[in-house]
Order: sequence, then structure tokens, then C-alpha cells
Amino acid sequence: MQTENLTDILRQHPFLAGLSEDHMQVLVGCASNVRFAEGAPLIHEGEIANKFYLVRAGRIALETDVNARGKIRIQTVGPGDVLGWSWLISPFRWHFNALAVADVRAVALDGECLRKKCEDDHDFGYEMLSRFSRVMERRLEATRVQLLDLYTTSPGARV
Amino acid sequence: MTHETMNAPAAPREGVRLHPVTVKKVIWETDDTFTLQIDLGALGNTFNFLPGQFNMLYVFGLGEAAISISSDASQTGTLAHTIHRVGTVTSGLAQVKRGDVIGLRGPFGAGWPITAARGKDVCIVAGGIGLAPLRPVMYAMLRERTAFERIILLYGARSPLDILYRVELEEWAKEHNVEVLVTVDRGDSSWKGYIGVVTTLFSYIKLDARATVGYVCGPETMMKYTIDEMGRRGLAEDQIYLSMERNMKCAVGFCGHCQYGPEFICKDGPVFALPRIRHLLDRKEL
Amino acid sequence: MVIIESTELNHLLEGLISRGYLLVGPTVRSGAIVYDEIRSAEDLPRGVGDEQLPARYSLRRRDDAMFFGYGVGPVSWKKFLYPPRLTMFRATKAGKGFTITPGETEPRPRTAFVGVRPCELNGIIMQDKVFLGGPYVDGAYKKARDNAFIVAVNCTESGANCFCASMGTGPGVTKGFDIALTEVLQGKRHYFTAEAGTSLGKEVLGALSTREATDPEAKAGLDAVARAGTSQVKRMDVRDLPQLLNDNFENPRWDDVAKRCLACTNCTMVCPTCFCSTVEDSTDLTGTHAERTRKWDSCFTMDFTKVAGGNIRPSTRARYRQWLTHKLSNWMNQFGTLGCVGCGRCITWCPSGIDLTAEVDAIRGNGVHA
Ligand SMILES: Cc1cc2nc3c(=O)[nH]c(=O)nc-3n(C[C@H](O)[C@H](O)[C@H](O)COP(=O)(O)OP(=O)(O)OC[C@H]3O[C@@H](n4cnc5c(N)ncnc54)[C@H](O)[C@@H]3O)c2cc1C
Ligand code: SF4
Ligand code: SF4
Ligand code: FES
Repeated sequence: MQTENLTDILRQHPFLAGLSEDHMQVLVGCASNVRFAEGAPLIHEGEIANKFYLVRAGRIALETDVNARGKIRIQTVGPGDVLGWSWLISPFRWHFNALAVADVRAVALDGECLRKKCEDDHDFGYEMLSRFSRVMERRLEATRVQLLDLYTTSPGARV
Repeated sequence: MTHETMNAPAAPREGVRLHPVTVKKVIWETDDTFTLQIDLGALGNTFNFLPGQFNMLYVFGLGEAAISISSDASQTGTLAHTIHRVGTVTSGLAQVKRGDVIGLRGPFGAGWPITAARGKDVCIVAGGIGLAPLRPVMYAMLRERTAFERIILLYGARSPLDILYRVELEEWAKEHNVEVLVTVDRGDSSWKGYIGVVTTLFSYIKLDARATVGYVCGPETMMKYTIDEMGRRGLAEDQIYLSMERNMKCAVGFCGHCQYGPEFICKDGPVFALPRIRHLLDRKEL
Repeated sequence: MVIIESTELNHLLEGLISRGYLLVGPTVRSGAIVYDEIRSAEDLPRGVGDEQLPARYSLRRRDDAMFFGYGVGPVSWKKFLYPPRLTMFRATKAGKGFTITPGETEPRPRTAFVGVRPCELNGIIMQDKVFLGGPYVDGAYKKARDNAFIVAVNCTESGANCFCASMGTGPGVTKGFDIALTEVLQGKRHYFTAEAGTSLGKEVLGALSTREATDPEAKAGLDAVARAGTSQVKRMDVRDLPQLLNDNFENPRWDDVAKRCLACTNCTMVCPTCFCSTVEDSTDLTGTHAERTRKWDSCFTMDFTKVAGGNIRPSTRARYRQWLTHKLSNWMNQFGTLGCVGCGRCITWCPSGIDLTAEVDAIRGNGVHA
């Protein structure tokens, strides 16, 4: 019952659009439903990254420490987004903090469990990797544009 | 027809006279951006503009700058300009107090083709001061809210403190059924809204690509990413309009400064249908 | 077509003076042909010729007595229609506000341009499109243009930098003149054939004691003009030129020419069609009087494309490309013709001797073709 629900939820998430039924079953074995109330921390910088989240509702802010000036928020993720890829890449540690800034519903996927499945089933591993690399590419592009600090100049200015 | 027609006056007219006009009110929107509310005086009887058009504003002895009109086109006798202080003339304008007189000539250029959006969804994407020339579009559409289907406004600002027209943004969302999504490049711990470039907001809206018109204004780089994103979401290029900026001295097609390939941004634009300038957007140092 | 004997050229000029025209025509100033005020045919540089090559200009003495035996000098007629500096308005502080008065209040004298070459006349026609042909009209230009009487002179010799034949703008005039002259010198026989292009031109000619040209007289003039065309050595290959340049936005030739171009703006200043300008606002010391001056500008200057936060065309490569592409491609979109009349001034007055026809050939040779 619980598993069936979860499969439906996963199927609706854009990150998994078009994923084969077999792979969906593999994935669901590592998935669990989670909720975070506004203000709740999801990720602590430096800790072991053993999860990623498929966000269904709410908003999560990514924060980073800027030495003495404290924290700044550098990005938010929301419904339809994926949070976290450090679970995929050695040394499997988070390099930012994340907290819910609006009540969050998400599906958490266990990194250790997934890594194992990726190793057992290379097709599945490839599927995950290619989906994540697409997300990472888009995210990096967005970050690059964000770093340009566009709005300090006037509309037509090139950077 | 892709352009509103008012930019081509029926009879040829002179390079447009400069009119002294009085500033009624100065509203500081952010640390470096302010709105001048202007009393047009006698000029008010004849002054009509289209959303997206701009004026040349003159500070006595200092110079002129091209500034979009940011107020409601249906108001007569008065108009507003929202100005980002960046250099000589805009700093001069920032010194202006209530009751001071500045010079104004205009309106110039082609506006946003609002009629093209009737009966459709409208997706407005603005970055920074780029919201100013789109505010008259909002006013025009809200006056006839039912003539349009969904109105979506995606707005990116540098930080929460740099968000323009905050009160109005909330009002549009609450009272006029506008889907307003605001994102900032960096937030502090009090900011609970979106953080990230404006294109990331597309993830949180569903576009009916075949029935949506897109209006885009902001830094050129941001506009390029935005139209790419709109393309990915299936919007046809001829449904996308953007407002361009270049150096402008005359605003009437004489000085040559605003040339953008074959286009004069002052008289052929500043608002262009995307297909007309698509091939120019990727040309560096054009 | 009528005949004006060379000895009677002055009658034509007197006729114009008596109608209240100020005469402007070729004179010699600091070693160059310069258009300036003249009072009679005596002031024309008779017997003077010129030599033009890339980055080279010199006057020489001719071994004949031609009135118009030289090509175009560094200053085109645009100086009179579209002045290099123009006060656009003056503003005076009054209380919290200010009042504005127009800059040019003196009526412009009616001016006869004597000795307008076909390429230059086409340059004027091109600037007419810029300043009079769009939704807005430049008032000062219109006034000057309305007050101008044009005595064109067909070319019977071509200089080494001339390529009007390629551009279809010479060596004979076809339109836009009040009176067109062709100077014929055959042995001892020296005369002008004259043709009116407007009713005013007809009136001016009619007041002179002229006679109809005989066929041989007319033919001698036409032949001389035709020879000037066929003998022209410099050529511009205009086939699909707008498309060619549009397709070659990223041609390596732009890097090559950028190494030679000094971005000195000479080419744009001497060009009869270039129309760009900038404005300068200033106040007097007391801060109560301000004025705005319009000045010729060039797409080669550093500030031309300055916007807050950057410069759109920082490189010489991009600026040369703008210049050539505007003239030979974008102009077509904007005004329905190419923006070059083949007068060769930009070649003569370029300190590096950059020749736009050679640049076009190079791009045609190595470039992308549609
Ligand atoms: C159609 C259009 C609409 C616009 N709408 C708005 C708007 O609504 N709000 C807004 O804030 N901005 C707007 N802008 C941008 C605004 O015009 C510029 O930010 C403004 O001109 C900057 O002027 P400045 O003198 O303050 O800046 P500066 O950085 O001092 O100067 C930039 C401009 O001044 C000129 N300049 C500076 N130095 C020199 C020099 N040495 N020689 C020659 N020229 C020089 C250049 O022409 C350049 O355009 C718009 C621009 C356009 C084209
Ligand atoms: S580009 Fe050169 S040849 Fe052509 S009209 Fe201008 S000055 Fe003359
Ligand atoms: S070539 Fe340059 S200076 Fe000449 S009209 Fe074009 S943009 Fe202006
Ligand atoms: S601003 Fe002068 S031509 Fe456009």
C-alpha cells in the first residue's frame, strides 16, 4: 500500500519522467516520504551526504557560510526540483546547509542504498547519472549567470 | 502586425522639442532606484504613450538619458519614471526634489503589443530595472483583467532589498489573480522567497505554450537565457517580445548610436518581436 | 541641353548671386580642394588637378585650363547641410525651472552649391533619407536643404580611388540637381553643356544668353563622361554585398583589418553619407545658462556604444566591422540603398590606406557565401 503510493508520487516527479517501470521499482526500494516544517534543517555542511530529495511542495533554501559575515542564501529549490547530488560523488559530503523556508514535502532517497543498486545494475546507474548530470549542468549554468550580478548594471549592458 | 503602431506618427515631425516638466514626487524604491512622478502641465493635454515607450529625460546642463515610462498609460497629465542610479545623468536625476523642473521629450519607440495577448496567457519575465517598462503593461492588462487569461510575472532582483514595487507585486498577486513569482540572486536569513536566476522560476509554473505570449525585459544575458527557457517550454518565437537597450543620443533615428545590426533600437524598438532580432542576439560586439 | 561658353560661366554664377544666393564652390585651401564661399568664376581653382591614392592626396598644376579638373577633396557638402557643430538649444534658469530657446535663430542664407559631383549628389540624396525620410524630420537639415540650389558638375576624369561606376552613382548625374554641367575642353574649344533638373534650374538657365547644344557638342560631353566611367580602375563588386557581409560577421579578415585600422575616425568624417552625431551638454560658470551642442560623431570612437556598465564594441575589429557592414549591408535594410557612393574619400584620407573595396574582395575571397 505504502509502496504503491510512493511509486505514484515518484512517477509524477519531473526528475523521473519517462523512467522505466523496472528502474522505478529499484528506486522505490530506497525511497521514503518525508516532511519538514518551516525552519527545519535538512542538510548540514560537512556532514556525510547519504540522501537526496525529490521536492514535491514547499521551499528549501541553500545557505553557505561566508566567514564572519554569517550565512547567505544562495539558492532555493522547490516543487519538481532535486536537492543534492553529493551522495553520488566521493567523498560524499555536503558542501552547503539546507533548511526548509516553507513547509516541505519530499521523497528522500537513500544514498547508500542507491549507490549499491547502481553498482549492481549498471543500466540503472547510467540512468541515474545521466539524469543527475542534466540537473547539474542546468544548475551550474544558472549559478554562473547568477554570479554575473547582472542587475547592478543597466538592462543592455553585456558582461 | 507585430508592433503597436503609435511609433510612426502620420506626418513627419521634428526631432521633438524638449519640454520643462515639474517633478511632483520622488519615491525611493530601493537604495539606488527611485521613481519620479511628473506633472506634465500643458503638455499633458497632448501627451499619450504606449506601455514600453520611453522618454529622454534632461537634467539642466548635465545631459539626457533614455528612461522608460513606468506609469499607467490611462492616467492623463502625469506620468512616472523609475530610474536606476548608475552614472552621470541618472545621478543628476537622483538629486531632483519635489517641485524641481527637468526636461522631457518623447514618447519614443515601439511599445509592447498588448493587443496580441488578448484572450491568451501572458508570461512576463523581468530582471532588475527591467520591471519598470513592464509595469504599464500590468496596469493596462489589469484594467481589463478578463480580456486576458492567466497573467504570470516572473521577476528577478539582486537581493530582497532591490525588489521594485513590492507593495504592488503583492497586490497584483492577491487582488488581481496574477501569478507573481519573485526570485533574488542572494538572500539573507529573513528571505523566505525564491533564490536563483529568474529562469529557475519556470520550474514552478506550468505554461500552456500554445496560448502564451511572453514579454521579456532585463539585462541582455538574462533575456537570452529566458528566451532559451521559453523555447524549451515550447513557446513559439513569434509569441515572444523583448525590449533592447543601447546607447542613445537622439531617440529619433538620426544619431546612429543605437544601431543594432540593421535595427535602430530607438525607432524600430525598443520592443521587438523575437524573430526580428533572433539572429542578432548571439553576435558579440554587434 | 544648352551651351555655356567657358568665358561665360561667370554669368551663371552672377545670375545666382542676383537671385540672392550665397555661392559655395571648390577653392584651394592648405593644399586641398575645399568647398568654401566664392564670389565669381575667378575664385574657382582653374588649372588645378589632384592625385589621389590610398593615404595620398596632392594637388598639381594641370597643363590645361579646366575649371573642374580635380576630384573630390576632404570635405564634402554635408558640412553645409548637416554642420559639424550645431547648437540645438539654449536653456536659462528661471526660478525653480528653466526656459528653452532654439539654438539656431538666424535664417540660413540661400546657398548655391557649385560643382557638386555625381557621387556627392547621391550622398546628399542618401542623407535626405536619413534626415527627412523617416517619421521624424531634422529641422535644421530641412531648412538648409530647402535653401540649397545645386549646380552639379559631371565627371570627365576619374581619380585612382573613384569607384562610382560600380556603385551606380556616377560619373554622370541623373537626378537631384537644379542644373547639371559637363565641362568640355577640346583643343581650344572650351565650353559647358548645361541641363536643368528643376523648374528653378530652368529659369536660371533661361535668363542666360545660351543656345541649344549641337549634336556633336552634346556628344563630346556625354562621351567624356562615359570615358570617365569606363576608365575607372577601382571597382567594388556589389553582387549580393548586403548578404555577403551579413554572412561574414565572424570572418578572420576583421582581425586583419583591425591590425591596420587606427580607429582615427577620418573615414567617417570625410564620408558624404555618414550621419552619426553626439550631443554635448554644458553650462556656463554661473550655472544659469546651459546649452546643447550636436557634433559629428563616428562609430569608431570609444564612447559610441557606451552604456552604463560597459561598452558594446570595445575592439577595433568590431568597430571597423560596424562601419563597413553599416555602409554596405545594413544601410540597405534601413534606407533601401547601399550607403556608399564610391567617392573614394575614405581610402584617400585613411592614414593606413585601408581600401574598403579591397576589404570586400578579401571577404569575398575567403568568406562564407550564401
Ligand atoms: C529604451 C531605453 C529605456 C530605458 N529605460 C530605463 C529605465 O526605465 N530606467 C533606468 O534606470 N534606465 C533605463 N535605461 C537605461 C538608461 O538610459 C541608462 O542607464 C542611462 O542612460 C545611464 O546614463 P548615466 O549618464 O546615468 O550613466 P553613465 O554611465 O554616466 O553614462 C552612460 C551613458 O552616458 C553616455 N556617456 C557617458 N560618458 C560618456 C562620454 N565620455 N562620452 C559620450 N557619452 C558618454 C553614454 O551615452 C551612455 O549611454 C533605458 C535605456 C534605453 C535605451
Ligand atoms: S564609404 Fe568611402 S567611398 Fe563610400 S561614400 Fe563614404 S567616403 Fe566615399
Ligand atoms: S558607418 Fe559608422 S559613422 Fe558612418 S553612418 Fe554608419 S554607424 Fe555612423
Ligand atoms: S538614438 Fe539616435 S539613432 Fe537611435
